[in-house]
Amino acid sequence: MEHLSSLVSEARAVIEAANDMQSLDDVRVRYLGKKGEITALLKGLGKLPAEERPAAGEAINQAKQQLTAELETRRSKLEDEALNARLAAERIDVTLPGRGEMPGGLHPVTNTLSRIENFFTHIGYDVAEGPEVEDDYHNFEALNIPAHHPARAMHDTFYFDARHLLRTHTSPVQIRTMEKGNPPIRIVCPGRVYRCDSDLTHSPMFHQVEGLFVDENVSFADLKGTIEEFLKAFFERDELDVRFRPSYFPFTEPSAEVDIQCVMCSGEGCRVCSHTGWLEVMGCGMVHPEVFRYVGIDPERYSGFAFGMGGERLAMLRYGVNDLRLFFDNDLRFLRQFQ
Amino acid sequence: MKVSEQWLRQWVSLDMDAQGIADQITMAGLEVDAVEAVAETFSGVVVAHVKSVSRHPDADKLNVCQVDDGSGESVQVVCGAPNVAEGQKIAFARVGAVLPGDFKIKKAKLRGVESRGMVCSSSELGLEEERSEGILVLADDAPVGEDFRHWLSLDDHTIDVDLTPNRGDCLSVQGLARELGVLNRLPVEALHIDDVAELNTDTFPVSINAPEACPRYVARVVRDVDVTAATPMWMSERLRRSGIRSIDVVVDITNYVMLELGQPMHAFDLETLQGSIEVRMAREGEQLTLLNDQSIALRDDTLVIADDRGPLAIAGVMGGEHSGVNASTRHILFESAFFAPLAIAGKARSYGLHTDSSHRFERGVDSELQRKAIERATQLLLPIAGGAPGPLVEVASPDHLPSQRHVTLRAGQVARVLGVALKGEEITDILTRLGMEIAAQGNDVWDIIVPSWRFDISLEADLIEELARVYGYNRLPVRYPSARLAPRAIQESQHPLAHLRRQLVARGYQEAITYSFVSPELQMALTPQAVSPTLANPISSDMSVMRSSLWPGLVKTLMHNLNRQQNRVRIFETGQVFQGELPELSQRAKIGGLLCGERDAEGWSGRREKVDFFDLKGDVEGLLALGGELDAWRFEPAEHPALHPGQSAQILYGSTPVGCIGALHPAVRAKLGIKPDVFVFEIDLETARQGRLPAFSSLSRYPEVRRDLALAVRQDLSVQTLMDTIRAQAGEWLTDLRLFDVYQGKGVEEGHKSFALGLTWQHPSRTLNDEEINQLIDNIVDGVKTRYNATLRG
Ligand SMILES: [Zn+2]
Repeated sequence: MEHLSSLVSEARAVIEAANDMQSLDDVRVRYLGKKGEITALLKGLGKLPAEERPAAGEAINQAKQQLTAELETRRSKLEDEALNARLAAERIDVTLPGRGEMPGGLHPVTNTLSRIENFFTHIGYDVAEGPEVEDDYHNFEALNIPAHHPARAMHDTFYFDARHLLRTHTSPVQIRTMEKGNPPIRIVCPGRVYRCDSDLTHSPMFHQVEGLFVDENVSFADLKGTIEEFLKAFFERDELDVRFRPSYFPFTEPSAEVDIQCVMCSGEGCRVCSHTGWLEVMGCGMVHPEVFRYVGIDPERYSGFAFGMGGERLAMLRYGVNDLRLFFDNDLRFLRQFQ
Repeated sequence: MKVSEQWLRQWVSLDMDAQGIADQITMAGLEVDAVEAVAETFSGVVVAHVKSVSRHPDADKLNVCQVDDGSGESVQVVCGAPNVAEGQKIAFARVGAVLPGDFKIKKAKLRGVESRGMVCSSSELGLEEERSEGILVLADDAPVGEDFRHWLSLDDHTIDVDLTPNRGDCLSVQGLARELGVLNRLPVEALHIDDVAELNTDTFPVSINAPEACPRYVARVVRDVDVTAATPMWMSERLRRSGIRSIDVVVDITNYVMLELGQPMHAFDLETLQGSIEVRMAREGEQLTLLNDQSIALRDDTLVIADDRGPLAIAGVMGGEHSGVNASTRHILFESAFFAPLAIAGKARSYGLHTDSSHRFERGVDSELQRKAIERATQLLLPIAGGAPGPLVEVASPDHLPSQRHVTLRAGQVARVLGVALKGEEITDILTRLGMEIAAQGNDVWDIIVPSWRFDISLEADLIEELARVYGYNRLPVRYPSARLAPRAIQESQHPLAHLRRQLVARGYQEAITYSFVSPELQMALTPQAVSPTLANPISSDMSVMRSSLWPGLVKTLMHNLNRQQNRVRIFETGQVFQGELPELSQRAKIGGLLCGERDAEGWSGRREKVDFFDLKGDVEGLLALGGELDAWRFEPAEHPALHPGQSAQILYGSTPVGCIGALHPAVRAKLGIKPDVFVFEIDLETARQGRLPAFSSLSRYPEVRRDLALAVRQDLSVQTLMDTIRAQAGEWLTDLRLFDVYQGKGVEEGHKSFALGLTWQHPSRTLNDEEINQLIDNIVDGVKTRYNATLRG
């Protein structure tokens, strides 16, 4: 049996020395396999005297179990090592940028118009659109601006011929909507408009959103409430001073310009507000009874208000853009700032 | 309109500063653009008298003057101005004076002669922008020793009011003063104008041949006028503060009266007039040389003042050169007329003119003002330039003069429009302050007579606006509208434009907004077949034709960015395009895009490949697939003059062509100087928004069967054609047909290509067996072999 203990010591040393699964398996076969050395000892038990056999069998079995356990321990250790090595090899730099296309972006004027549309559609307005090449009747006459009216000079109109022009405001959409439908009417009309004027502060094309609300018993007070809430929502301010200043548009009466406390300097006075603390942001008024007559709505029964604002102007104030022309250059370095 | 603050104060005693006045009228609807000091800061300047002038002993161009500055001592001053002369009254800066620009006057020696002070020019005092030629010479009655600033009321401001076109009544000091009187409940000092005593009976005959255009014409002869008399400083200063240059005393007086009362006037040189004055429409082509030396041919829609020889002036716009007052004029004829706004409107503009007179007549002038204005002008003229006035001649057509306007105002209507029930007393108080007369009063109803100067008021709505304005817009109540909220139908199969935009944005596209008018050359290069309207008055020739496609704007945007080293460009735009000629013009919204540069953004993992047709097509399919019926869309090879003939397709919805996609033709790129390949598309927006309403079909519990086929076909056979044929023969249980490889080269005959296709079948209620699938495959292979000579590859 001395042979057994030296065999176990030898096997343990070999297990310890095995560095991969294959050599470990070789060890198992060599000692515990069918023709393994320990197995051979078991087979040789029969040659022993009968009284020695139980003790010898016991010792061999113990050795076998011991070696099996050690093989298992070693195997588990080798597996762990292999897994760890693999994980280490598979380590990546997770700070590398991800693959695939990054999103582009909407034009800042589109964003601005959408915000305005959303405000009004959420409170029950519909969006209405119309042609950009308009006729004189819808752009001027039905809006109470007859030929040679001095207000036409304020419009710097692009003409195609005596009757056709590029709309100077989106008000013709209001006319077309009122011609087709009956009150109550609640619409916003976003779109491109055109004025024959180009300098630092004027673009020959720009965007307007106009709104129209016609129903029984609509008053200037409703107009004030709507506009004030809209401006607070647009600029996301709970407190925003808004003032209404009498003005003149042939298609509304009373008419007003709306000023807000300058959002750049909070009314302290700065270059943007010409040091007045106020910014003119939109025009509005009660629909003129003549306009109602043109579209066949009874002004004794219905009243309404209309308002209009410039998309670029509001986008400039909202995003701090300081040059109107940037909107139409479409320089990608500019557009990407609004992603 | 620019007006002096001090001049206004003469009419109405205001207890507020210039800025206060500006703020108040701004909030009443007369928007003030600017408040500016009329003179720069200076001090120590007095009125002085030049007692003697002698030549400087050592300098030809210098004079040595002895000046009486009121201090009791004679002051010696060296002066370089050529126009200094003995006996003049001058503006004198004493030693210690500080002139504009912080220029301090000190005792000095000029070429050895002591000089204590300076004789000032207008520009040195900041009264004129341009450098004046010589010293400022004051009127003889200027008080020696008086502080110059005080004497000319230079501590004054110019208030620049930007009046809306309806408020022509405020285009005068009188009008603005009236408005301030209303707002502050203050009396307005009406100008006291006595009728001038006639000194002779001379008149000049006047007749009106167009009474609807000119219902009133008032004229007066004034004989023996000294046209060379100097305009008094107080008058030229007021004109200056209103932005009007002094010309001569007669013209200055007509301008002064216009500013003061709002009535434009004209003065003729009486001796140039022939026969009689006739107010008539011009005869087509009649010639007139205007005061600004411009020669024009008149149209017959233009009202003129004419004498027996021809037109003297365009009525209400500008006088003629020939009949105008000049230095040799001795006798004058004053004109003060009422022209109907409609007769004058647009006329000045149509001749490229805009004058203070046309500005006022277009907006309206008080029809009761003409006599008063001519009396005022005479009253001003006589003490300054002398002259013997004759009687007023007035020709009027009462039928054509504006009649007295009555307007009915109902308290209920006021409350309905403004949202507040103003008290009766409040209403009548405001209206009375505005100069309205209450002719009759009923039960919350008033009959109002509108004063002649408020020609903008003729409706109840006009009166309600006036009430709101004077009451104060910001005192009016605030309320939120209540409305009947009827639910509206929303069409589920049509998705909003915002979704289309978002889809392209998610695929890396940046939205552009480009002008709707483009350069005709660029449009011709990109859509030579299209016709679209041209602007009659474009800003410039490269923005003169309406876009017939979104491509010109997108390509221009590409070029802008390529020029700025932005080489990877993916952009899109939505908007109307214009096709055809007026009045049969089609205006439809489109969605279009452009792709150029590398497929992937520069990065660590990307392949540096350029985009091709299929990158753009994939993006377009992604867009169309939003509607859930991509199979309703087809791409068919089609040529387009601006696109590569082998890389362009028509996009069809069903069988209707609604768009186009392709690579820009290399020749087009070369012409535009664009180096990289460019891919563009455009689709009708309404159609692109169409989709289908999803419909459920039950899921099969039976296995699917997949078979792959590799078919070699001729090079020119499109895969679409092949797949259509296969689909038609694959039976009703085919659930998917997929192209998974296209191969050319070794193993495929020259001029042929091989398509690898995966076919999947599934039956809803049973397992498909091999025999039936094999049968279908045989049918397919036989079919494509017969039709296209396709061969099955091992
Ligand atoms: Zn500010």
